Amino acid sequence: MDVLLLSRLQFAVATMFHFLFVPLTLGLSVLIAIMETLYVRTGDEEYKRMAKFWGKLFLINFAVGVVTGITLEFQFGTNWSRYSGYVGDIFGSLLAIEATVAFFLESTFIAVWHFGWKNLSPKVHCLSIWLVAFAGSLSAVWILIANTWMQYPVGYTINEVTGRAELTDFMAVVTQPFAIIQLLHTLAAAYCLGGFFVMGISAYHLLRKQHITFFRKSFRVALPFALIFSVGVALMGDFSGQQIATKQPSKLAALESHWETQTNAPFVMFFIPDEKNERNLYEFGTIPSGLSLLAFHSPKAEVTGLKDIPPDERPPVALTFVAFRIMVGLGFLFILLTGVGWLLRNKLVDSPWYLRIMLFAIPLPYIAAEAGWIVTEVGRQPWIVYGLMKTSDAVSPIATSQVLPSLIAFIVVYSLLGCVAYYLMFQFARRGPEPVKAGE
Amino acid sequence: MLETIWFVLWGVLWAVYFMLDGFDLGTGALMPFLAKSEEEKQTMYRSLGPFWDGNEVWLITAGGVTFAAFPTMYAVMFSSLYSALMLVLFSLILRGVSVEFRNQVDSPRWKAVWDLGMFLGSSLPALLLGVAFGNIFQGIPIDGQGVYHGTLLTLLNPYGLLTGVVFVMLFLVHGTIWQAIKAEGDLHQRSLSAAKKLWPVLLLVAVIFLVSTKFSTELWNNYLENPLLLVIPLVPVVGLLLTRLFLAREGCWKAWFASCLTIVGCTLFGVIGLYPNMLPSSLDPAYNLTVHNSASTPLTLKIMLVVALIFVPVVIAYQTWVYVLFKDKVTKEDLAQEAY
Repeated sequence: MDVLLLSRLQFAVATMFHFLFVPLTLGLSVLIAIMETLYVRTGDEEYKRMAKFWGKLFLINFAVGVVTGITLEFQFGTNWSRYSGYVGDIFGSLLAIEATVAFFLESTFIAVWHFGWKNLSPKVHCLSIWLVAFAGSLSAVWILIANTWMQYPVGYTINEVTGRAELTDFMAVVTQPFAIIQLLHTLAAAYCLGGFFVMGISAYHLLRKQHITFFRKSFRVALPFALIFSVGVALMGDFSGQQIATKQPSKLAALESHWETQTNAPFVMFFIPDEKNERNLYEFGTIPSGLSLLAFHSPKAEVTGLKDIPPDERPPVALTFVAFRIMVGLGFLFILLTGVGWLLRNKLVDSPWYLRIMLFAIPLPYIAAEAGWIVTEVGRQPWIVYGLMKTSDAVSPIATSQVLPSLIAFIVVYSLLGCVAYYLMFQFARRGPEPVKAGE
Repeated sequence: MLETIWFVLWGVLWAVYFMLDGFDLGTGALMPFLAKSEEEKQTMYRSLGPFWDGNEVWLITAGGVTFAAFPTMYAVMFSSLYSALMLVLFSLILRGVSVEFRNQVDSPRWKAVWDLGMFLGSSLPALLLGVAFGNIFQGIPIDGQGVYHGTLLTLLNPYGLLTGVVFVMLFLVHGTIWQAIKAEGDLHQRSLSAAKKLWPVLLLVAVIFLVSTKFSTELWNNYLENPLLLVIPLVPVVGLLLTRLFLAREGCWKAWFASCLTIVGCTLFGVIGLYPNMLPSSLDPAYNLTVHNSASTPLTLKIMLVVALIFVPVVIAYQTWVYVLFKDKVTKEDLAQEAY
């Protein structure tokens, strides 16, 4: 148990837990904003009640997202001080901008929305939730630009004297295509997750035939949203794959467990990676030239194999590969489920089998999102900044006796926190909306 | 030049964070003592509701700016103060979820758990942030490679603890004044008299702090070498006196602004006294992290300055609007509303 392994585990725990709550914040805020807009435009009070009901779930989720985010900003310094000193010029500034332009907006206006129902006009109150939705996605912009810089550093130079990376071209960092694609991919995933959350809980009530109009309306708002973004996330996934193919060949090789460098590289549906012997076992469902096509959109393109990547620069193959398959498989399932939903949109209550599937589908986007992060972060190993700095060189020079207690604390505290948060959300989701008050 | 500008902005960000979250943390620390009924507790929570999260973002920004403008300082400070910062972090997590979860279930036991969480999650960060800054002012055992040669206990030295107590007292007074502003009836009266009782303790601790700073740190050197700068330590003194004056006249908002002035003044006293150091080394001054040896490149500082000059005024504008929007006292009607 050395500091490096403990710090890796701690960062993974902290990030993956934080990302249980972030996508729902991003996606649900937009859906609530849409519902409240429908209220303002149509005057239909049921939309107002919908905004309040889904808003209640949102607020519980949002709080946990916020408090678990601070730990990440701090952790770059506490556990990865060598990384922070090395890339602070670039990475640090992106984080500071994220806080200044997005976090303030989000945290300030969610409080306005929560407490301002009576103080503000309906239009201004509606604007406040749109600002929250906007700010959430805006914060994703900056953190994903920062993460993409770690995946493919641009716009920098290395100072020979100080040994640090220095910013030379801010626009290059902020506008690189890889970053834009990662951003759109992540936002689409989050919006899709928000949609499935609303549809799943709505399905629960529609199955029991309670608050039918309320939850049918909710389902009908979430459905096209989830459909559009399931297709979107898959499309952006394809573009991401192309970026990875040219910019991070070791990641592509790992997520496909591709060992031999070759043109016309085949895509194999199913196999078991055998890392020790640098090959795959039980290959099944081979599509000739499939991988070259998928990664480069050209069958003759050469895909680098893991054998041609130095062993100390290869990511962990099995984990990356399995996570990738899970993510993509679920991604296609989401398109299918929302497509079927669209066809059944006028007879939801009469399709209990579909409703039951959607209820149990709630955790699936969460699994897909976490799998995606595993692909991108584990697949980048052993690099913390691809090609520039190894994760093992990035860790803080501190004692195991400090990191082990904090790791344990993260695991214990976050487990408790997660249980409480989901318990509350479960209770409120099950209870359904407040009964209509007299005179409302 | 750019580095010095950013140093001042860095100090201002921390000062604003302490001025704002100070009353949240102070309120949370006071709650077990100040609130005598469920309704009064609800009032205290409701007095923080619209503000605490927006206030906390100033901490995220201060940390983010430390990272962006002075990455070496950020790296060494955060890894050296590891255990203290982890404690602050978990306490703030506890504070945040206590505020949000407390009223979600109508059970006295549920509420008692989160009330305890609120108390711990408010008092610990107040103390530990003070300890952290006291140690920054004093210097910590870091070597030429920025490696810290100490433990958590090293930070709990007399001057560090004293600074912790100063922060706690500042926030307690700030919190009681906020309650006097926001509460009606008995709670209002109790808060007002609590503020008046806490003030002399704050005064005493502040005086001890100012004097100890002369012996434990080199902060006073800047002021004694540049007497014009003495106006800065004068600010918290004036703030303290005005606070007491306005409390006597029951001008609660004025007292609160005076208390803000005190907190900002104390922070800037420390920060400007520190210049050009940012994290002195108690092992050897040659290992001090300074504004000049820990700053980012001019390009980064310039871009960040543009962002700050545009957006910080915008943030201040809309946060002020929120404070005005929710300036009224917490009433029974407010409490009767769904949440809080």
